[in-house]
Amino acid sequence: MTATRTEIFSAGIVEAGLGTVTREIPAGEPPPWPPNAELTWIGKDVPRLNGRDKVTGATRYTVDVRLPGMLHARFLRCPLPSAELRKLDTAAATALDGARAVIALARPGDRLRYAGQPVAAVAALSPGVAAEALAAIDAEFRPLPFVVDMDEARAPDAPLVYDEASAPKGNPSGFPAAPGLPVVGNVRGPAVVRRGDPAQGFAAADIVVEGEYRTQVQTHSCLEPHAIVADWRADGLTVYMSTQFTSGVRQELAALFGLPLNRVRVVVDGMGGGFGSKSQLGVYGRTAVELSRLAGLPVRLALDRHEEQIDAGNRPGTFQRMRLGAKRDGTLTALAIESHGTAGVALGAGIGFFAERIYTCPNFETLQHDVFVNAGPGCAMRGPGNTPGAYGLEQAIDTLSERLGLDPLALRDRIDPSKARREERRIGAERIGWSRRHKPGADPGAVKRGMGVAQSLWMSNVQTNVACEVRVLRDGSVEALSSVQDIGTGIGTVMAQVVAEVLGLRPGDITVRIGDTEFPPGGPSYGSRTTASITPPLRTAATRVLAELGREAARMLNAAPEELEAREGRIRVKSDPGRSLAFRDAAALLRTDRISAVESRADDYPGFRRRMPDAAMAHEDLGGVQFAEVAVDTETGAIRVERVVAVHDCGRPINRLLLESQVQGGVLMGVSYALLERRVMDRRTGLMVNADLEHYKLAGVHDTPEIEVVILENLQGNSATDAYGIAEPANIATAPAIANAVYNAIGVRLTSLPMTPDVVLAALGKTGRS
Amino acid sequence: MNRFAYASPATVTEAAAATGLVAEAMVTFDESAVLKAGGIDLLDLLKLELLTPSVVVNLRAIKGLDAITQDAAGNVAIGAMATLSQVAEHPLVRGSYPALATAIAGAAGPQLRNVATLGGNLLQRPHCWYLRSPAHHCLRKGGGHCFAIHGENQYHAIFDNHACAIVHPSTAATALVALNAEVELHDAEGATRRLPLEDFFVGPDDDIQRENALRPREVLTAIHLRKPASGTRMAHLRQGEKAGFDWPLADVAVVLAIGPDGVCREASVVLGAAAPVPHRARAAEQALQGRHPGEAAAGDAARAALRGATPLSLNAYKLALFETLVRRAILAALA
Repeated sequence: MTATRTEIFSAGIVEAGLGTVTREIPAGEPPPWPPNAELTWIGKDVPRLNGRDKVTGATRYTVDVRLPGMLHARFLRCPLPSAELRKLDTAAATALDGARAVIALARPGDRLRYAGQPVAAVAALSPGVAAEALAAIDAEFRPLPFVVDMDEARAPDAPLVYDEASAPKGNPSGFPAAPGLPVVGNVRGPAVVRRGDPAQGFAAADIVVEGEYRTQVQTHSCLEPHAIVADWRADGLTVYMSTQFTSGVRQELAALFGLPLNRVRVVVDGMGGGFGSKSQLGVYGRTAVELSRLAGLPVRLALDRHEEQIDAGNRPGTFQRMRLGAKRDGTLTALAIESHGTAGVALGAGIGFFAERIYTCPNFETLQHDVFVNAGPGCAMRGPGNTPGAYGLEQAIDTLSERLGLDPLALRDRIDPSKARREERRIGAERIGWSRRHKPGADPGAVKRGMGVAQSLWMSNVQTNVACEVRVLRDGSVEALSSVQDIGTGIGTVMAQVVAEVLGLRPGDITVRIGDTEFPPGGPSYGSRTTASITPPLRTAATRVLAELGREAARMLNAAPEELEAREGRIRVKSDPGRSLAFRDAAALLRTDRISAVESRADDYPGFRRRMPDAAMAHEDLGGVQFAEVAVDTETGAIRVERVVAVHDCGRPINRLLLESQVQGGVLMGVSYALLERRVMDRRTGLMVNADLEHYKLAGVHDTPEIEVVILENLQGNSATDAYGIAEPANIATAPAIANAVYNAIGVRLTSLPMTPDVVLAALGKTGRS
Repeated sequence: MNRFAYASPATVTEAAAATGLVAEAMVTFDESAVLKAGGIDLLDLLKLELLTPSVVVNLRAIKGLDAITQDAAGNVAIGAMATLSQVAEHPLVRGSYPALATAIAGAAGPQLRNVATLGGNLLQRPHCWYLRSPAHHCLRKGGGHCFAIHGENQYHAIFDNHACAIVHPSTAATALVALNAEVELHDAEGATRRLPLEDFFVGPDDDIQRENALRPREVLTAIHLRKPASGTRMAHLRQGEKAGFDWPLADVAVVLAIGPDGVCREASVVLGAAAPVPHRARAAEQALQGRHPGEAAAGDAARAALRGATPLSLNAYKLALFETLVRRAILAALA
């Protein structure tokens, strides 16, 4: 039994009125923080501390890492969507002047299942020699029948991507796949979630709404490609890698190469995006390390844009059938969803648990299927499952509200149990001017405007295997250390704020050292969990190191340590602030050059909803409500998103400026998903024809709407900081909000993504096809 | 990208002599030298190894090729090496040929427009994703068939698309053809010739492997525009999937000569992203000539513009889109 004590925490949504909650907390945890208004740095707009380095180009990304003697690696990839490898002779490549290592990643007789699948890799003195070495590899591929379209893959006579024995059983990245599901043809599933009695629920319904929705395959399109520089030496392995999880990659490498953890180091400094696609070591990471081991030299492997598009993960495409039953007052009686999705040759194409958790409905059923096609493996991408799932369900709810003659917000007030989202709907409606919303298609003229709303739901994830260290040096300088990586969100700045708040310093006074497994394990940056995981132990460590410093200061100030506080760069007596010592003078009293505290994360004080080995989920899910205003040109089919109001919660906000940035990024990604992005596979050749950023279209500056972000302060008394994440909720609601706004504009529902002009014109019956 | 030598001649004649190839971006595998203007498209083609030259001949060291001048009669000449930004912002262009300025200002993004040249823009190769894919050995690369006709053809041609369904990528060309521009070509002997831009472009029926009539050892040096007759009105409209930095799904240039009586004497209606070359919609022009243009004439012309179109499996939406753009461009020109 660990010792505990009882504390009273402020709790509730600050904007809606605060109460308190009493918690039994571990004795070593710091005292409750008051609401942000009473804190110095927490919840404030602190600009990104490394912002200047980013805009001046000083930040070092993995693609910038150059080591002495470094080799350049490249892949030979399967050129066909389905093939048998007949021959693989690497002798000429190995013999080539300047080639230092060649490895085969497939053997003759192997079945290759997508265009772009790695077959062999080389490391050479220069990228040019590496390309020559690839050309010198004698590889023969026997073409086999293939299928790249999900609907075609579901047909009974479709070419099989796998036989039943070879089909993947689990998903190496993203969500765990349900085990033991049947595989028939190219279809695996269904994965079933059921509660209550859906048939009875539909029988009891006054109104039943049905709809079919389709979402495209989206690629992560990280601006920085997947990249690694592997440096294998006799005394250990150092890897520089653009990764969302330094300590996870370290574990993978140690296990794979039989190295002790203390001989593997993983480093990342600047990072140009991951969005779920850089969560694991991956084939490319493993290959670079193996090449370095063979060559005895550092090896750089960075994918080019074409490789990024065909073999660096993607968000699976889906087809969803929704059926909703409701009473006249809006109460849901039944919700049934059948979905098929494709993650190419991989699993993980479900539409998540969005529908399962967001609305109160006693009778519920989802049947989710994975469909294999001959295309690159999908993986987790910003709100995996929930993003396509919200696109379908939030449109179905919009349809239901119209059929019931209820305002979409009023319907949600009835069926949505989340207090946070209720408040978010209220605030968002006010900001967007919801009362201006007209009936569908009511605008006269060719350009019609409309307004729509959709909601978000994501788990409050926490990594429990997390630690960090705070050091105070004798000159008064302070360091915060963790292997946690900044994938672009600004976690380093957030860490500096937490330490500065505790020590009474400014964020700029704190040197944050992160992105290196030499430091305490910081957990992954995926699943919207980084801030939730790292800030509580950081605050605890800072509190402990301050207590140690305070013991020295107390002697000097003739006070008891508990009488002291750290404010405005000084250690002072609370009751007599005139009796004080500058922080640096207090540090000068230390008996050693530095003091340090390492802390790991305590469980959430009220426990968790669910626990995994190294991670957990907090009791309350993350919400988020987004409103979109669009203009649709009914004669060109062009949709312009003019404005988005995004209202979100993430527990206690630590840095509003960075949170707003992240929400803007999520919204922009959602606009891009809604209107533009789509992987185009040529059905006859099985190849992706837009494997670039020219015809694979990402929203740019001209497509960016006015984005207004509101972040609630939702205190729960759950941890030392009470902070949770925002990355994924910020993306989930955008596409359905836009889709609902488009419906409100034109009075015709678009049910597939992306909503390009051809789709709009077809829906309006202006193309001779519909 | 293959290894190549780099030459930087000081005169056009030297440049023409140095190259067996005709344009910045002609994909002709046997030829050994290519000209580099801005180098935007060239770099893409080199990276894709659709071009593997032994020599790249830089035109940037040649003085005066980027001049924009007006002669005594009021005609304007634009040097082929003038950047898209220079052309779009030049007072002579903005004043007399606003449709050209608009067409160019909407191309690519500012960084590219600051480097890309008007000559290079007219000579760039099509951006058909099958042509640009080394894995698709299409007709234009000496292969057996056009992959687009029965493939992913949403961005492809709706006219003259029975053999090869590329669309011409230049929006500047759409406006220039509507303005009856001429190109000036300079050969290795120092001789020059001029021909209408409209005749300069080559469709797949004439030669499936080239998009223009530039001859070996010839350099495009200037684009000539006649002084617009008084009463000339013009507009260029485009619609892309993105609001900027995107290829148009459709673009339309309209040039109308309106007499003092308000009657349309002459009309040019040209469709870009519609056909392998900028597509002159003669039926639309006829629908306008001799009429008092307005809503009704614009609507008639817009419908006429699409007559004879042969949309493919995925691009029938372009009919409605072009009809809208033609009608709106006519009305915009009149406004």
